[in-house]
Amino acid sequence: MADNVENAVNNVSNDGTEANRHTETGSTATPGRNEVELNGQLPTARPPQVLTDSEEDEDEELTLKYGAKHVIMLFIPVTLCMVVVVATIKSVSFYTQKDGQQLIYTPFREDTETVGQRALNSMLNAFIMIGVILVMTLVLVVLYKYRCYKVIQAWLFFSNLLLLFFFSLIYLGEVFKTYNVAMDYFTLSVIIWNFGVVGMICIHWKGPLRLQQAYLIMISALMALVFIKYLPEWTAWLILAAISVYDLLAVLCPKGPLRILVETAQERNETIFPALIYSFAMAPTAQPEDDGGFTPAWVNQQQHQLGPMQSTEDSRREIQELPSARPPPVEDDEERGVKLGLGDFIFYSMLVGKASATASGDWNTTIACFVAILIGLCLTLLLLAIFKKALPALPISITFGLVFYFATDNLVRPFMDQLAVHQFYI
Amino acid sequence: MTVAVFFGCTFIAFGPAVALFVFTIARDPLRVIFLIAGAFFWLVSLLLSSLVWFITVQISNKNSATQQTGLLIFGVVLSVLLQEAFRYGYYRLLKKANEGLLALSQEDTMPISIRQLAYVSGLGFGFMSGAFSVVNILSDSLGPGTVGIHGDSQHYFISSAFMTLAIILLHMFWGVVFFESCERQRWWGLGAVVISHLVVSCVSFVNPHYQGSLIPTYIILSVMAAWAYLCAGGSLRNLKLCLTCKDKDFLLANHRPR
Repeated sequence: MADNVENAVNNVSNDGTEANRHTETGSTATPGRNEVELNGQLPTARPPQVLTDSEEDEDEELTLKYGAKHVIMLFIPVTLCMVVVVATIKSVSFYTQKDGQQLIYTPFREDTETVGQRALNSMLNAFIMIGVILVMTLVLVVLYKYRCYKVIQAWLFFSNLLLLFFFSLIYLGEVFKTYNVAMDYFTLSVIIWNFGVVGMICIHWKGPLRLQQAYLIMISALMALVFIKYLPEWTAWLILAAISVYDLLAVLCPKGPLRILVETAQERNETIFPALIYSFAMAPTAQPEDDGGFTPAWVNQQQHQLGPMQSTEDSRREIQELPSARPPPVEDDEERGVKLGLGDFIFYSMLVGKASATASGDWNTTIACFVAILIGLCLTLLLLAIFKKALPALPISITFGLVFYFATDNLVRPFMDQLAVHQFYI
Repeated sequence: MTVAVFFGCTFIAFGPAVALFVFTIARDPLRVIFLIAGAFFWLVSLLLSSLVWFITVQISNKNSATQQTGLLIFGVVLSVLLQEAFRYGYYRLLKKANEGLLALSQEDTMPISIRQLAYVSGLGFGFMSGAFSVVNILSDSLGPGTVGIHGDSQHYFISSAFMTLAIILLHMFWGVVFFESCERQRWWGLGAVVISHLVVSCVSFVNPHYQGSLIPTYIILSVMAAWAYLCAGGSLRNLKLCLTCKDKDFLLANHRPR
């Protein structure tokens, strides 16, 4: 029974892991490409765009102006996810207890006699884990390329189901144990049922944007907590380092799986599944097709007589944006947003969570890692604004995070401890 | 060692800084980014100074207490100098970035002025400095224990909180004065900032005789506050107008009748 449970846990974490492994940030910071995010459904192809030179100059300026806003729009959910993970680690001791159980993807144990053996075991563990993630990503890319959308949807559905019901049940149980709250099964089942069903609806179908974002943050935090609990020490750090290298290669190399995925999605003018990406734009749910009042029959006739139409959705919007006597319609400029993969959330939170769990410098190390990750994210977004194509979000942040973790834990902590003992201030 | 002590000390140490953040910085994303970048720069300076201190400790005699204290004092002085060096480095970086932004954008004015950057970067330095000084102490205050059971001072927590408050505000004022001095090429201003920082750190060596450390620190805080106020363009006349609600520009901007 325990084995079955463990296997179920492993399967889910596997699915969850690689399903959420999309660590690419799509650049949609240029106006003129109205990124329409349809929750759970695949959007139809958009009309061709008419982009003139002046619009490109405006692009630059608007990019800079909105760049800062996008950075903050990313800081807030990343911060929230980290806060949830750190708060849980600090209060619920379950996630820092090592029960001796490990995931099946990290079969080698780390409680060996020699340091060399331990290093070897952890490297093998990291290797296997990255291999598994690579294979799963390749499977996902192949499925996507051959348009097996139903299979992918079912896969994501199943993994989210297990995350939202099973893992959150365990989490809630541990929280109750920590705070010694008496709870009966009926109330618990009602709570978990509602939580899970609303989560599935929000993520895979339609729901309020904030609620969807909240659920994505919660499942990322749950996933990060699972990793913190079940990955042994050295393996965890090695996996973090290895996964940033993998991310770099997978997104930037011409034959990298994630790059193929992003390019295929862009070719087909589709968006990647909402269950894998954190986005800031919601699907305009009840909006009719904005064809500007031109019926298809009239359009065909015009095209036949005069050539290709110049009135597209975008050019119409440009005209509408010119100052007029009427007050302009409320423009939701959050629709051109940056997208961050859920895998990024998971690994950022895992790093900060491990820093708060295992560092003896306690809060100093946690704060240092937090600031380092945010600065890495800032730099990544700066590069995104410069290069305007999908970039890996993990390498810079994880590198900064790792450097600051080890430096703060080993160098800064003794210094600050000594200062605190003598009450010296710098 | 109660929750009251924890909350009291937290609010003493971080209250004004968080209020400043919420009311003046949180709304503008550009300022938040520069605040976090300032915090990062402070962190890097601390890292470097800890590295040097660590190396000196490793090669020294670990059994001699006086030598260790001497090395610690050396570490403190080095850290202060490095912090100010990184503040200067951040200033240069911001100047370059601002010029770049101005050249790229079509507008005539910069999206954020150098004075705002001075304030925000100073506060960023202050936040990190305060956090690293006091957060571990605060988390310890939640746990069990008796303060001063071995004969140490009983006012450890509250004095730490007040010192942290002074340091955070001082960093903010130092930032304003520093950037202004760099803009006006007034090198004596820079020197004054560095020296006052050194003085504040060095008077903390007399702890736990808190009257010897807290009082000079707060005197320096008031002096720097007045100096920063003058640097930011304030004057006695402005202050009077503001306090008696007769400042017409401010009232107009906030649509208040008078």
